[in-house]
Amino acid sequence: MTTVLRPATAAKATGQPTRQRRIQLGVRERLAPYAYIAPFFLLFFIFGLFPLLFTFYVALFDWDPIGERHYVGLANFSELVDDPRFWGALRNTFSIWLLSTVPQLLLALGMAHVLNHVRLRAATLFRMSVLVPYVTSVAATTIVFAQLFDRDYGMLNWFIGLLGFEHIDFTASVWGSHIMIATMVAWRWTGYNTLLYLASLQSVPRDLYEAAAVDGANGWKQFRHITIPALRPIIVFTVITSTIGGLQIFTEPLLANPVGGLTCGAARQCQTLTLFLYEQGFGRFSFGYGAAVGVALFVIVVIVAAINYLLVTRIRSERP
Amino acid sequence: MNPTPSTTGRATRGRRSVNRLPFWVYALLGVMVFVSVFPLYWMFVVSTTDSATAFSLPPRVVPGGNFLRLAGLVFDIVPFVQALLNSLIIATVIGVGQAGLCALAGFAFAKLSFPGRNTLFLIVVLTMTVPAQLAVIPQYLIMSKLGWVDTLQAVIVPGLVTAFGIFWMRQHISSTIDDELMHAARVDGATTWQIFWRIAFPLVRPAALVLGLFGFVNAWNDFLWPFIVLKSPERYTVQIAIKALQNSRDIDLGLAMSGSFLATLPLLVLFVFVGRRLVQGIMEGAFKG
Repeated sequence: MTTVLRPATAAKATGQPTRQRRIQLGVRERLAPYAYIAPFFLLFFIFGLFPLLFTFYVALFDWDPIGERHYVGLANFSELVDDPRFWGALRNTFSIWLLSTVPQLLLALGMAHVLNHVRLRAATLFRMSVLVPYVTSVAATTIVFAQLFDRDYGMLNWFIGLLGFEHIDFTASVWGSHIMIATMVAWRWTGYNTLLYLASLQSVPRDLYEAAAVDGANGWKQFRHITIPALRPIIVFTVITSTIGGLQIFTEPLLANPVGGLTCGAARQCQTLTLFLYEQGFGRFSFGYGAAVGVALFVIVVIVAAINYLLVTRIRSERP
Repeated sequence: MNPTPSTTGRATRGRRSVNRLPFWVYALLGVMVFVSVFPLYWMFVVSTTDSATAFSLPPRVVPGGNFLRLAGLVFDIVPFVQALLNSLIIATVIGVGQAGLCALAGFAFAKLSFPGRNTLFLIVVLTMTVPAQLAVIPQYLIMSKLGWVDTLQAVIVPGLVTAFGIFWMRQHISSTIDDELMHAARVDGATTWQIFWRIAFPLVRPAALVLGLFGFVNAWNDFLWPFIVLKSPERYTVQIAIKALQNSRDIDLGLAMSGSFLATLPLLVLFVFVGRRLVQGIMEGAFKG
């Protein structure tokens, strides 16, 4: 260590610093921790907290980016509550979230269970390959999947045709577009969640499985009675993150249907809340109404957080 | 393999099944790898053949030799080299910034005592739960007040340090650096900054590197905020350039695929080298940033 710290010790050896210098140094030392955390708080106040509070303010105005703005009170909110486009976007967001999260987490559970085998060869290779979708950008993912799901020339419809069924127009229908977007989301995150589950699984003592096997518990019973309980905390965590992620789905519905524009199709069949916010704010330039959508999103986040809190405390109390 | 002799046949059978995995496990894993990689492979196939490949049935699955011609078309329609450069600048500065600034703040929260520490840390943790997306309109207004609309720093600066990164670095620093080492350094007359820079940071450099890599990947792939704040084609990131390709003229899917492939290629190359570290990072608790 002494070699590493040579400058300081050397300075000490050359002579006592003056009194003033020592005081300066003392103040600087005391302020150092604040200086180290300052960048975060500075950026958070400017680009995080302030915009969040400002959203509530902007939502009270009829706000045009060119400069015209009129105070309208709660008019934006009452308009929002009566707006079928808003409720439609909420429904789409929820539906896409459900369709992507449930299969994705179930698949990830199963995959983690398989990857957790002790004698698995090339384990690192398998782990790396499930992470490939995570590194691929959402924009690129969406363009590839939109083609795979294409009505006339998509590979998926080609298979469906080979099996003797009618082609499905995924982008045009409500369910079709939701399934398509949910697939993109699930494809991107399944591997990531698999690794989270796998990490948790590896902290479960092997003896537990061996003892269970000796006792005659088959694979399913082991999965049900050892794997699932051990993973419960991380499952809650992934449900929380996928919910927050689900509220932010934007790129997929924007790019999945190139002719759909900002509404993801003429009937707004797959427009999510974030895309609706973007459409109002930056497509139609009504900042006030867009901000009101932002406030609604905030309320949903708070509700989700409250549910999570209840879930987490219940799990804690269930622990032996 | 030297199986220990066991008394019952049942135990022997159990042991054998542990030693050699059944075929179906590898078959399942094979399907998993196929599903993970195939969309990318197919993107590559389309971007090396012809736009018509995207519309031929049965689908073509062998790459062709047209990659350079299609790439040339991509570069003609949008300033794609510039977009690659912009993405590289943004992602690098954000990656390096996050590694450094989160380590610094994580160090303060883990190893220094100062009034208000716990409250401030609680605030950091709480900020992780609110998605920034819902405030994009005021964020845009702030950027236009600052005169930063259509500049790269509008994308870079807000991403330089994250709550998650601080949380993560704090965990690593408190488990890696022990207090006696800190104390010894203080006795030797080291300043707080010297302790951070010469002792703490070198010890947690692997963790900071992983954090920086995640910052890089996320910044490279970010879409919504750059889409809002970057207006002119010479400021586009590759993701926005993909969107522009998709919009161009007659919505040529083949070209959009070529652009997507070009935008993904740098990350895939990076992944070959650092994928192992990213996997480790996630498994050590590198949750979403």
